[in-house]
Amino acid sequence: MEFVYLILMAAAVTAFVGYPFWGKGRVTVAEDPEIAALEAAREAKYREISDAETDLATGKLSQEDYELVNAELRTDAVGLLKDLDEARDRSAASENQTS
Amino acid sequence: MTAVFGAVAALIGTRSDRRWVDAARRSTYALFALLLICVLVIEYAFLTSDFSLSVVANHSSRETPLFYKFTAMWSSQEGSLLLWAFLLSLVASVSLFFSREKLRDVVPWATAIMLGIGAFFTLLMLFGGGVNPFDTLSPVPENGVGLNPLLQHPSMIIHPPMLYMGYVSLTVPFAFAIGALITRRVDAAWIKSTRGFALIAWTFLTIGVILGARWSYTELGWGGYWAWDPVENASIMPWLITTAYIHSIMVQEKRGMLKVWNVSLIVASFTLALLGTFLVRSGVLQSIHAFGDSTVGPYFLGLITVVLVGSTALIISRLPLLSSRKKIDSMASREAVFLINNLLLVSMCVLVFWGTFFPLISELFTGTKSVLAAPWFDQYTTPLAVALVLFTGIGPLLAWRRISWQGIKRVFPIPTAAAGITLVLLLLFTDASNSFWALAVFVLTSFTVVALAQETWRGAAARRTSAGGSIPGSILAVATRNRRRYGGYIVHLGFVVLLVGVAASSSFESKRDVTLSPGESVTVEDYVLTYEKPTVKRDGQAVVFGAQVSVNRNGQEFATLEPTRRYYQRTSGTRTIAGYFQGEATSEVGLRAGLRKDFWVSIEPDTNEIRQRSEVADDRFGAYMRTRVLPIIRQDPSQAGPIAQQLVAVQGLATDQIIADYLKPETATAATFRVIVSPMISWIWIGAIITIFGALFAAWPSRGSRRRKAP
Repeated sequence: MEFVYLILMAAAVTAFVGYPFWGKGRVTVAEDPEIAALEAAREAKYREISDAETDLATGKLSQEDYELVNAELRTDAVGLLKDLDEARDRSAASENQTS
Repeated sequence: MTAVFGAVAALIGTRSDRRWVDAARRSTYALFALLLICVLVIEYAFLTSDFSLSVVANHSSRETPLFYKFTAMWSSQEGSLLLWAFLLSLVASVSLFFSREKLRDVVPWATAIMLGIGAFFTLLMLFGGGVNPFDTLSPVPENGVGLNPLLQHPSMIIHPPMLYMGYVSLTVPFAFAIGALITRRVDAAWIKSTRGFALIAWTFLTIGVILGARWSYTELGWGGYWAWDPVENASIMPWLITTAYIHSIMVQEKRGMLKVWNVSLIVASFTLALLGTFLVRSGVLQSIHAFGDSTVGPYFLGLITVVLVGSTALIISRLPLLSSRKKIDSMASREAVFLINNLLLVSMCVLVFWGTFFPLISELFTGTKSVLAAPWFDQYTTPLAVALVLFTGIGPLLAWRRISWQGIKRVFPIPTAAAGITLVLLLLFTDASNSFWALAVFVLTSFTVVALAQETWRGAAARRTSAGGSIPGSILAVATRNRRRYGGYIVHLGFVVLLVGVAASSSFESKRDVTLSPGESVTVEDYVLTYEKPTVKRDGQAVVFGAQVSVNRNGQEFATLEPTRRYYQRTSGTRTIAGYFQGEATSEVGLRAGLRKDFWVSIEPDTNEIRQRSEVADDRFGAYMRTRVLPIIRQDPSQAGPIAQQLVAVQGLATDQIIADYLKPETATAATFRVIVSPMISWIWIGAIITIFGALFAAWPSRGSRRRKAP
């Protein structure tokens, strides 16, 4: 009986693990690494902008310092957004070519 | 096979066919399901006292309380390896589920590494020699050996799984970091995907370390919560490095700096986590709680070597990629403080590492094992801990990049004034000046607490100005809007509160070891302890000697306590009455905890006379067995069972009779008590609870991130 359980379990595991090869389900599509990196950088930049606002509110940054830092951060963020758009366009173009 | 297949499939998947990556991820889920079944089967065997399994027979018995039968699995070497593998499959499954559509290049490598480590543990159980949890015994024993009495404590139920969960969770950021290095994707994307696991690992390590300290304080009977024991050190080292890592990845995310440092830290954390498991399980260093033997030591050493050498080579080969052109703008910036903070934490870890392994190092060079005791550790770690408190307070006051002189003038005066006032009050009204380091901790803690309060208050006030509402509502709003920042503040608050407890209790405790007879008293500070009467009982597999003591404070009744010492019957060989004094012994301390002071008492009863009488009784019992009982059994072997039952009952009655003499006034002897009055120990546990709450608050996904994840 133990042997039957073992065979059944092995069969279940094989079927589950091997599903991507014989199943009809789609293969998971992962995001482009370049886009992932830029999105992570964008999120970090947004967080920096938010932190700078908090630093202004809590008195760590003067209005002048804040305006300087904020301008720098927003320029960086705009650059990142542009890079992100370009990376997405490249990724979409490459996907169209593949399909 | 599932783990090995998954690791190989993931490696094939690195060469582009995504179906192999999916199969590898599914292998991880399957591994989790299979190991869950293994854990459930073993737990069922423990709960039903199935002694056909060697692990159950050697770590449980019919008399083991049900509660501890459930937890006995991880007191064994094979059970704890199974737990490691199971928890690894769990965290690997969760991490791969959430990253299934992310990090296309990194994930296959991370999967291969996690499953490779999973394969190591499962293969170790199968082929490591005597560590297979499904090894069977033949013939099946009637009863098991029982659970190590020291482990029969509520803290021990969750302490090991918490530590293991912490160790195991570190596998995720480690695997992703190595994957990022291999694929040259060393940007912040892998950090973003694994930050949560690092925080969870840190939280579990914190809980594990604190529960271990609590167990030491209430169970080991020596009066402290931290002894710089090798196994304690093994848990604190990855904690220190993970703390540094959690801070320094913020600098990489925001400024793109410290990439080499961060990958080095996560490699070090994971290596130290393996080292922690190795130390507990190998028996290579003498420890009060190294419960393993050395069967798996060489394999662990091999894995640690592979991890360390492989990771170091990889980091060196990627140095040009990891180097950053950015520099810290100013030393008056948050990232500069994070860096200092990191250096302090890493220095502490290096010190602890040196002290822990000094016995091996000294033996290597001198042929003699020399142990560095607690004062050595205290001497070097105390100044570093005090500096940490200082920077824990300064960090939140500084802005990223730089803070101007005007900014410093705005944020520093109130915390500095609070520190100054605290210093004056302590010098005027307390004897805190007797300990420079404790005084420094108190003063710097007041600085930190006020700095954190000021930060929170100002943030909430700004929010109130823009959005209205009450102050508590505004505090809640700003905190939930930026969980990482305010969760971090709560953690910092908990940490300094905890250190205040450590500083006060270690610097100002009063301790006395005294031998008392019933009716005698001892005075410690303003407490008078009176030994009222001895107590004794037989409790399952143990005899319990104790004392009822009354404690008066300033003439008022303060507490009645009953410290005890439990002597567990030796479980190997013939069970004798004297065997109660040849097995393990544990302490149950008498404790009256308070916010200001803990009153703690343990007892070491004088059992010499009882032991002698037990040996005499055993001799008589043996003679009776040889001359009267054995001939009957030889004549009629079917009588063996009933006779054995009767003998156990008679032995129990004899034991009761002998130990009862401990209570008689004419035979009662003196007992040795350790009495400790220790200030503010409770603040250690309170600080830990605050810290853990803060970590959970920071780890909880913010509303913003949940929205972003929504389809």
